[in-house]
Amino acid sequence: MDPILRLEHVSLSFQGVKAIVDVSIDVAVGEICAIIGPNGAGKSSLLNVINGVYHPQEGVVVFAGERRRRMQPHRAAERGIGRTFQNIALFRGMTVLDNVMTGRTLKRRAGFLAQALRSPSARAEDRLERAKADRTIEFLGLAAFRDTRVRHLPYGLQKRVELARALAAEPKLLLLDEPMAGMTFEEKVEMSRFIREANDVLGTTVVLIEHDMGFVMQLADHVVVLDYGRKIGDGPPDDVRRDRRVIDAYLGVASDSEEAAA
Amino acid sequence: MAFFVEVLVGGLLAGIMYSMVAIGFVLIYKASGVFNFAQGSMVLFAALTFVSLVERGLGFWAAFGVTLVAMLLLALAVEKVVLRPLVNRPPITLFMATLGLSFMIEGLAQTLWGSEVHGLELGISDTPFEIHGVMVSQFDLFAAATAAVLVTVLGVLFHRTRLGLALRGVADDQLAALAVGIDLRRVWGVVWAVSGVVALVAGLLWGARVGVQFSLSLIVLKALPVLIIGGFTSIAGTIVAGLLVGAGEKLAEVYIGPHFGGGIENWFPYVLAILFLLVRPTGLFGEPRVERV
Repeated sequence: MDPILRLEHVSLSFQGVKAIVDVSIDVAVGEICAIIGPNGAGKSSLLNVINGVYHPQEGVVVFAGERRRRMQPHRAAERGIGRTFQNIALFRGMTVLDNVMTGRTLKRRAGFLAQALRSPSARAEDRLERAKADRTIEFLGLAAFRDTRVRHLPYGLQKRVELARALAAEPKLLLLDEPMAGMTFEEKVEMSRFIREANDVLGTTVVLIEHDMGFVMQLADHVVVLDYGRKIGDGPPDDVRRDRRVIDAYLGVASDSEEAAA
Repeated sequence: MAFFVEVLVGGLLAGIMYSMVAIGFVLIYKASGVFNFAQGSMVLFAALTFVSLVERGLGFWAAFGVTLVAMLLLALAVEKVVLRPLVNRPPITLFMATLGLSFMIEGLAQTLWGSEVHGLELGISDTPFEIHGVMVSQFDLFAAATAAVLVTVLGVLFHRTRLGLALRGVADDQLAALAVGIDLRRVWGVVWAVSGVVALVAGLLWGARVGVQFSLSLIVLKALPVLIIGGFTSIAGTIVAGLLVGAGEKLAEVYIGPHFGGGIENWFPYVLAILFLLVRPTGLFGEPRVERV
């Protein structure tokens, strides 16, 4: 089976500073793929390449059979790539329901005038969309906060609303940038349950960045390790965990410099 | 009492005219964080183009149509050529760019149409009529009605349609807007186009009121206190603040002015604005910014 996402020799640099160097990755349909690596390894940059925020200087991204080098983020969303951010990007002045509804704007078909004039078809669509948004809200256990403005919610719940908004768009591929960062242990347990459920129940392919190794190893089917923009590990969690280069990168010791010192 | 009411009503109606200019600022500021100083010269450009076309023999609606197209093209060109390449620059850079633009648009308008003063006749008489002993200007009422229609249309546009949701989304968080698939560039284009139309409406009403001339672009300075009091991000805020400024300046002129030798109408709105900056810096309806240190 063809991978849903394939990166072929992708390189990205910012004014000469190399963020990603010749990285190739295959993500299979329905898997949870974790990208790990020390700070500054190029993990977020890689997500940004996948949904078109950054355009790589070299290499190609193939998503759902479509090859491209440049793509605008809004086009990526149309094609079915959902996204959450490291520093929550929500509409803070809007309610939870409205935020989740924005996730569905691309699915709406009623014309501009029909909406402005509240035609019966536009109203029917509105009800349908609201019902769908409500299902997503319930799925993520946010029903009690449906009409609360996002800015009044605690951090852990905001992260969950962001996931809800991304899922509401029914993405084929969901990119999660540190979905558990800054959470308490209980919140992390809940969050990983939601990611697992989205993956199991909705069949969403997930690519996520996470630092907490315990959760990564439990959650992921496939782990990719980046260090200084290069891929240094790629495989099932158990293989990656035993990989010498990965251990070195994580412990901050390079085996050859150790030998040189000895 | 009748005199007080008359001054009050006159002030409120004049205030609506300030709001019309301020709305153009709010639209662009909300969607892109740019304080578009050139809004005033867009008003001048619209009025000057319209009046020159009418003087060259075009009918009202033909001139209106041509000016409308010209405004849309001007607004879209400004957005695309000047502001889009500057996206993500600091606010002061964007402000300086619009300041420069405002002089360029003024120059362009006068190169095209000359710099004489024109009278603009919309066919609405400015003779006051009496309601319960209070004299009200017919023209001001017409202007207020036009503003009401404009605000209603904008309200429907922004609160019922997908485009409106996109716009509010962009205003709230641009990154989030990108993530849900909103095309930022399209939204910015629409906002500039709409503010071009708002400038046209404001230009016609203001042009008819005070004549079409260079100083028309200085109504930005009248809109500024309205923006500060209303908050830069709320259309409802600009309406309320416009009424407040209009009524405030006229009442102050009549009742406090004589103690200062008159003429306080021009700077009184700024006194109000500074008071607001001290007491409520986000304005009446502005979004409070909570910064955690």
